[in-house]
Amino acid sequence: MADAGSLINWSLLALEPPGWGGVMLAGLWNSIQIAIGGYGLGLILGTGGAMGKLYGGPVTRDLLEVYTTLVRAVPELVLILILYYAGTDVLNQISAALGWGQVDISGLAAGIFVIGVVQGAYSTEVIRGAIKAVPAGQIEAARAYGMSPTQIMRRITLPAMLPHAIPGLSNLWLIATKDTALLAVVGFSELTLVTRQAAGSTKAYLLFFCAAGVLYLMITLVSNVLIGFIERHYRRGMTRTA
Amino acid sequence: MTEQTVSAMALTELPSKQSFFKPHRIVLMVIAAIFVFCVIWFMRWEWVPKYSGALAYGVGVTLLMLFATSILGFFLAVPIGLVQVTGPWPLKMLAKGFCTIIRGTPLLLQLWLLYYGLGSLFPQFPGLRSSFLWPYLREAWPYGVAALTISFAAYEGEVMRGAFAGVPPGELEAARAYGMSPFTMFRRIWLPRAVYRALPTLNGETVLQLKSTPLVATITVIDVYAVISKVRQATYLTYEPLLLLALIYLCLTAILVVAFRYFESKIPSRGA
Repeated sequence: MADAGSLINWSLLALEPPGWGGVMLAGLWNSIQIAIGGYGLGLILGTGGAMGKLYGGPVTRDLLEVYTTLVRAVPELVLILILYYAGTDVLNQISAALGWGQVDISGLAAGIFVIGVVQGAYSTEVIRGAIKAVPAGQIEAARAYGMSPTQIMRRITLPAMLPHAIPGLSNLWLIATKDTALLAVVGFSELTLVTRQAAGSTKAYLLFFCAAGVLYLMITLVSNVLIGFIERHYRRGMTRTA
Repeated sequence: MTEQTVSAMALTELPSKQSFFKPHRIVLMVIAAIFVFCVIWFMRWEWVPKYSGALAYGVGVTLLMLFATSILGFFLAVPIGLVQVTGPWPLKMLAKGFCTIIRGTPLLLQLWLLYYGLGSLFPQFPGLRSSFLWPYLREAWPYGVAALTISFAAYEGEVMRGAFAGVPPGELEAARAYGMSPFTMFRRIWLPRAVYRALPTLNGETVLQLKSTPLVATITVIDVYAVISKVRQATYLTYEPLLLLALIYLCLTAILVVAFRYFESKIPSRGA
């Protein structure tokens, strides 16, 4: 066998068109956008869902329970397919009913929607657990001061639950970055699909898949550093647990 | 923290029977029943009998994948967890690096790296082509099993590390005082206690593993997901096969959760 140096054709990773580096970085940017958008949407859904589960009426609670159970029991890949087709279909039918004709839904928006709905179910559970960890006395004290429910939420519950929620939410962020790879299956050109195209057309499979792995790993490691900072900031004044 | 998080996220509990029937629930169930009736009545299901054999085969492959990779992965996870607690530092670093790399990259990418990357590399070795391994290496499923096993081992290794570290040192000291050899101590005390501690998390990890198995369909392994994809291509139906697929996975998850709850109830525990 030839030595490794001549076996690996590094010029394939060049940023200019003969190399595929630029295409891969564009895919990475798409992945990051979807991860951030989906995670944000998931946080909004999760906060709303946790409120509904804890303080909502019986019907709201049951419906939310069905949502979180279904989403957590069915594989992400299947959910992504169902939501991708159903979401674009429903949107098209609504716009047709309103007389706007077919709308062209960007893959980015569809991807954010899909990842957001999946993440929403998990973050509902994480945030609900975190809110339940806030001592009841603190919320009762706020109520005794005459704060309105929204004021209690904004001033007491949300800030007090954050240290409990951050480990779960940071884990969810890492899952969101990795779940974007599943959108390759519905043909959205994020990092994994782009890598496969590059690898398929150059036959340098190992090189490209390893390069993509390094990019994903970099997202994870950078996120871990940032999460460490955030966690230290929000755990100020809390007793240290082992 | 990670243990709590995983168990909070994976579905490990089913609704209890007590206080299940309330007035609003009956209304909701009637609405759900009407919805299910509409789905059955207005959507097209005549393809189901034709493909029922293939679907059963696909479910079998999915379950085989799940159990084979979970068991293999668990056997890999025990040493990975153990060396991170007691091992010499090179092994510790190695195990830690393995966990970080596998947990930091998507499973789909690892699967494709193994299947397309290694799969394209193997034919270049003439020795391998003539060996008894070659008929297996040309198939897709060994790559799927390898990727799923490695992924499960990395996630579970992290859990086992916490479980090994969390066994009270007094119990290990007592075992040593009884004159047990290190291996006997490991076999009788350390491993069983760590597995008890890890079981709730293991439950969650296995549910997550079930949800990762459909990825092997992307490398042409015919599991239940691949069967449904074939149905979709053959019948031009979009929603019906996917809804059936979701239902199948829902049932499999429920069975797993119930089975694990049974095992957990078998474990002797103090008090609560």
